[in-house]
Amino acid sequence: MGAQSVEQAAAGPVEAPVEALVEARNLRKSYGALEAVRGIDVTVRRGEAFGFLGPNGAGKSSTMRMIAAVSPASGGSLRVLGMDPGAEGPAIRSRLGVCPQDNTLDSELTVRENLLVYGRFFGLSRAEVARRADELLRFVQLTDKAGSRVDDLSGGLKRRLTVARSLINNPELLILDEPTTGLDPQARHLLWDRLFRLKQQGTTLLLTTHYMDEAEQLCDRLVIIDEGVIVAEGSPAQLIRDHSSREVCELRFGVDDHAGVAARLHHLGERVEVLPDRVLVYAEDGEAVAAAVHEMGLSARSTLVRRSTLEDVFLRLTGRSLAD
Amino acid sequence: MSTATASRPPAPTGLVWRQFDHWRARWRRTWRGSAITNFVLPVLYLLAMGVGLGAYVDSGGARASLGGTDYLDFIAPGLLATAVMQNAVGASTWPVMGAIKWDKTYHAMIATPLRTRDILIGNLGLIAARLTLTAAVFWVVLVIFGVAVLPWAVLAVPAGVLVGLAHSTPLFAFAAWLERETGFMLFYRIGVVPMFLFSGAFFPVSQLPDPLEWLAQVMPLYHGVELVRGLTLGTPDLLADLGHVAYLALWCGVGFLLADRALARRLGG
Ligand SMILES: Nc1ncnc2c1ncn2[C@@H]1O[C@H](COP(=O)(O)OP(=O)(O)O)[C@@H](O)[C@H]1O
Ligand SMILES: [Mg+2]
Repeated sequence: MGAQSVEQAAAGPVEAPVEALVEARNLRKSYGALEAVRGIDVTVRRGEAFGFLGPNGAGKSSTMRMIAAVSPASGGSLRVLGMDPGAEGPAIRSRLGVCPQDNTLDSELTVRENLLVYGRFFGLSRAEVARRADELLRFVQLTDKAGSRVDDLSGGLKRRLTVARSLINNPELLILDEPTTGLDPQARHLLWDRLFRLKQQGTTLLLTTHYMDEAEQLCDRLVIIDEGVIVAEGSPAQLIRDHSSREVCELRFGVDDHAGVAARLHHLGERVEVLPDRVLVYAEDGEAVAAAVHEMGLSARSTLVRRSTLEDVFLRLTGRSLAD
Repeated sequence: MSTATASRPPAPTGLVWRQFDHWRARWRRTWRGSAITNFVLPVLYLLAMGVGLGAYVDSGGARASLGGTDYLDFIAPGLLATAVMQNAVGASTWPVMGAIKWDKTYHAMIATPLRTRDILIGNLGLIAARLTLTAAVFWVVLVIFGVAVLPWAVLAVPAGVLVGLAHSTPLFAFAAWLERETGFMLFYRIGVVPMFLFSGAFFPVSQLPDPLEWLAQVMPLYHGVELVRGLTLGTPDLLADLGHVAYLALWCGVGFLLADRALARRLGG
């Protein structure tokens, strides 16, 4: 304690490290008459991976743009790295990495040039950006594409380049807006692996997604956002525990009227959900449900027992599925 | 963690300079091609219109209405001004919309410490460099054709750049405001082409019916043509030229303010 204060005194005025990198209270965003974000409260702490899970149009990108200090809030309060985005945009942005939903790469430049010129925007020296660029190309496994034109890259490679670019300034907070949307499974897994490494190295991640598996894989904590409001918050496991049963039995019957069948299943689980093509029975023991259905003489065309996921939490809270 | 090596806190001044490598990298892809076009086109124009057409015009006794010059001398500086204007149109319309809508490179840039005004100034810097190249190459052609009269003619190059910028900044504002590129086609047909033909480059605007003459005189290109012609031929009318420069500077300034607003609105929504 004493030693620390002596050290600080010797080093001159030192800003106390901010532990809440993002603090939003009743944050709002409107576009004309449309309210895209309708009063959200979020705190992102240093070192965690924090997610926004929600369907298209939920207001995820609007929120990310406000936090990235490129779009002014329409209401509420927002502090990023302890600063006010409205007043100190350049200072905040110099310490953020942003991987926007669209890649926004410069298609007239090569892969490496994209990193070099971008690093210069942060005031880094030419030597330093060159060193960082090569390091980051290795990190996202694009070294052999360094001289390629961006137009010639596949979607997955473009995304990796965008992630590399967002890291050029060694950001304290990395914002990733739908990092793997539109990528094939292999490209997604490679990107997840890189993001996981960043997290291990201590970079704070703030990401949006409409993939529940992505949220479960990467996020320590997340909020579920729908129509501009937060409907639930917690760790993936906590959310599942609080809002769903341990297991789910998915039943497909060879009938059009799944609702009619579902009416007879209510006693088998804690909850029954009817989807257009199947019935979900939520219970602690899914196998027992399957067996009971069989005993009732109802022959399901297919039966699947699985653990509850965030998809089930979303369905429970909003009555809709994430993919809609 | 090595966050200590993160970027320095931004000094509000250097933010424009931080774009130097970016714009230089983009310029490097195109400058050679445009330098060649910038040379070949004026040569063709001057041969066809100045020398070919000029022979007829001069033998028809039009010297007096051209202010006592050959047709080649009359048309050549006007063509320099129109060439820079057209270059400014090209550089300030599609590329600006592209950086907003297609490539979205501006969106990438505002995610860094850069502010929209820094980006505007940086991009205008690149445009000014392009315009300088166009004007300088055209000027060399004028020297080769024996049109330019030194020392005043040297000032035709910066005057040409001013003409270009007077078109660039308002067009930048237009491009930053416009939703769809079809607006550019319309502007080209009803704006650029008539301006090119009727701003005094090919014949004195006094030949036009009065209302059209007044309309032509409102256009910045008319003032550009007059300014560049006087300087190139070594016969500047200093008081009138001061007026032309002031008028062109007004277009630059108003255009800049409009572009600044339009870009901030478009990117910061
Ligand atoms: N720049 C904008 N202008 C007008 N409406 C917008 C703009 N950006 C987003 N919206 C609207 O705001 C709502 C939320 O969009 P967005 O934040 O992109 O959601 P998400 O990223 O979760 O898909 C949508 O209805 C969308 O159409
Ligand atoms: Mg989005």
